[in-house]
Amino acid sequence: MGDTTPFDEMHNADGSIREPYRALSGWLDEQPDKGLGLMQADAEAIFRKLGITFAVYGSEEGTEKVIPFDVIPRIIAANEWRRLSRGIEQRVKALNAFLYDIYHRQEILKAGRVPEKLILNNAAFCPQMMGLEPAKGVYAHIIGVDIVRVGPDDFFVLEDNLRTPSGVSYMLEDREAMMLLAPDLFQRSKVAPVENYPENLRRTLESVAPASAGRNPVIAVLTPGIYNSAYFEHSFLADRMGAQLCEGHDLFVDGGKVYMRTTTGPERVDVIYRRIDDEYLDPLTFRPDSMLGVPGVFDAYRAGNVTLVNAPGTGIADDKAVYTYVPEIIEFYLGEKALLNNVPTYNCTDRDQRAWVLENIGDLVVKEVHGSGGYGMMVGPTSTKAQHEEFKKKIIARPDNYIVQPTLALSTCPTHVDGGVAPRHVDLRPYVLVGGDEVRITPGGLTRVALEKGSLIVNSSQGGGTKDTWVLED
Amino acid sequence: MRMLGRTAQNLFWLSRYVERAENMARLLEVGYRMSMTSRREGGASEHLISMLQAAEMDELFAERHEVADVDTVAYFMMFDPENPSSVYSCLQGARTNARSVRTAITTDMWESMNGAWLEFSQIKPKDVRGAKLAGLLQWVRQSSHEFRGALLGTLLRDDGFAFLQAGNFVERADNTARILDMKYYVLLPRSSLIGGEIDIQQWTLILRAASAHRSYGHVYHDRYKAHNIADFLILRPEMPRSLIYCAGFVQQNLDLLAKLYGRRESCHDAMDNLLKLVEDTSMDQIFSHGLHEFLDEFIARNNTVSETLSTSYNFY
Repeated sequence: MGDTTPFDEMHNADGSIREPYRALSGWLDEQPDKGLGLMQADAEAIFRKLGITFAVYGSEEGTEKVIPFDVIPRIIAANEWRRLSRGIEQRVKALNAFLYDIYHRQEILKAGRVPEKLILNNAAFCPQMMGLEPAKGVYAHIIGVDIVRVGPDDFFVLEDNLRTPSGVSYMLEDREAMMLLAPDLFQRSKVAPVENYPENLRRTLESVAPASAGRNPVIAVLTPGIYNSAYFEHSFLADRMGAQLCEGHDLFVDGGKVYMRTTTGPERVDVIYRRIDDEYLDPLTFRPDSMLGVPGVFDAYRAGNVTLVNAPGTGIADDKAVYTYVPEIIEFYLGEKALLNNVPTYNCTDRDQRAWVLENIGDLVVKEVHGSGGYGMMVGPTSTKAQHEEFKKKIIARPDNYIVQPTLALSTCPTHVDGGVAPRHVDLRPYVLVGGDEVRITPGGLTRVALEKGSLIVNSSQGGGTKDTWVLED
Repeated sequence: MRMLGRTAQNLFWLSRYVERAENMARLLEVGYRMSMTSRREGGASEHLISMLQAAEMDELFAERHEVADVDTVAYFMMFDPENPSSVYSCLQGARTNARSVRTAITTDMWESMNGAWLEFSQIKPKDVRGAKLAGLLQWVRQSSHEFRGALLGTLLRDDGFAFLQAGNFVERADNTARILDMKYYVLLPRSSLIGGEIDIQQWTLILRAASAHRSYGHVYHDRYKAHNIADFLILRPEMPRSLIYCAGFVQQNLDLLAKLYGRRESCHDAMDNLLKLVEDTSMDQIFSHGLHEFLDEFIARNNTVSETLSTSYNFY
């Protein structure tokens, strides 16, 4: 991982076209001048019409934005995907085993493989979950694994999102848009479908319904409401699954059971796919000032009368400090070597490593352990000297509060820009469903692309867009 | 799949707000016209104030403005976010309710509602004067029609449809009754059979506020008469804004709910009670018992329908 030219997914080092991109390359060559521009405009219209928007916090209500969509798909070969999905499945199984252990006998702590302090003093550790038996032993059912690529065979997991990962509606709508825009390109390729996601989500949720649920468990999607930035996704998923979209006050607990208030009276709810953070879930157990949650829902969960998806307390397994132990975790529970690599991470509490980090801070990425969404983060090469000094002081003051990683040269993909097609940096978030029966991974996932030349920041709030992601079938 | 009580409530209020926005625009249009043509000193202000009274906004208006002229009244009824029944507040309310029930309405309905709100919310009140105001008022009515058209053309005839329709027509019945009540005294039978100029002006106002000034001729083939006007807006079943039509329409939709849910609720009794008032009666009977008393009673019973509907189906 030096600072050489980033790996471009369409081209070999000698400039020839990589095999998975052959059909796309031919198709791009055939597009008339401005053809992609017109397609881009059509895409924008399609997205507005479908109402795929996200709310911008702090702006006037009613100004939802459309996330930019790039009309050139990102392509992953069948064998590349097989490797990735095996690694992902291994990872999510180990992380669920880790969660079960942490909230039960804590063998991994007793064995000294993960420091006890790191877990028990961690804000993401949820003591209320101790000893609780979630249905089928699954804690994290819906997971988004953030993966970056830096070479033909080099994939790294950047982060495991085990709380309430978002963005899956963009994966689905990007595919819908792409099929409308470029049916001829699909005809030249065998692309694995993604449209089964809502059905698979439904099956996953049903597979972890409490034993008391009937043949057709009643599923509710719990949303914080229309002002939440991901509200579109909540309503989209509820709609596609045929589940009820509920706000906290639509549900109530009576006699340890959860009901929704319908026009014809209370109806029992078996599974809650909640898109509300742990701390707001139940004012009786967590934050007492929460207006978003359902009073008593945690007790109903503890009694096994309703399943919460994901379980509270899964954040302990995607904490940035715990992340560095995932290879250990995989070995401990599965007795296997990790198939997917972590990004090398420096531990600042180690004196030698800290000294090296402070020396080389201009080349490194510093992340606050409990931060998320790009907050409390510094990217060395794009920061000023003053910022470097500021973060050095922070690291010296609280070495345990930061992790440090090398700046990765994210791979690039051909992207439509003003004046043609140019490489832009991308990442990948595959979506994984862990049911009581099986693990379901949708081929591909959401590709985020930094539309600014040279930028490594793919977040939609900072000029990032999305691409349809194709996994080719053999 | 069963419907959440909140969803039913959102649907009910979504179409109530759309209907109310339309009625506000129509009412303001009438006030605006009358203020232009009135020949008497102070007449403009008087007309505008009676418009505000019809909408039960006169007190709030007086708190916020000293002078009732076209500019202040237009701002107050169109744009004032502090006025809960301004077109602005109604469209915002409708859109918020629509967003809460995205999965219960069709894409066409959503687009119509969302488009109307986005367009309206970008208008600057100071740019809307004179001819522009008339154009905007017409646009508000058209937007309401577009939404209703999308609803009729695309929505499944299920419980959601029934709640939407009930909201629309409960609101419309209330509006027609209030317009009549505001001017009931010019409709009372009097010794002189031919109205004076002021009467004619008042009658025109009533008919216009109910979009009935053209259709009146088609039904009565006669010049404006107080008795006919009252009859038209209260008892004519073919008039889509008359009390009997609106009440009948709400009943049909409550019956649909009873059929779908297999059960009658207290709102069905309230509905029967409302219908009793307008069925098997005549204008002569209504006049002899008192027009004002009749309208008051209608408004109260119509309110009861709305309230019992919300308890019957677990709105909050």
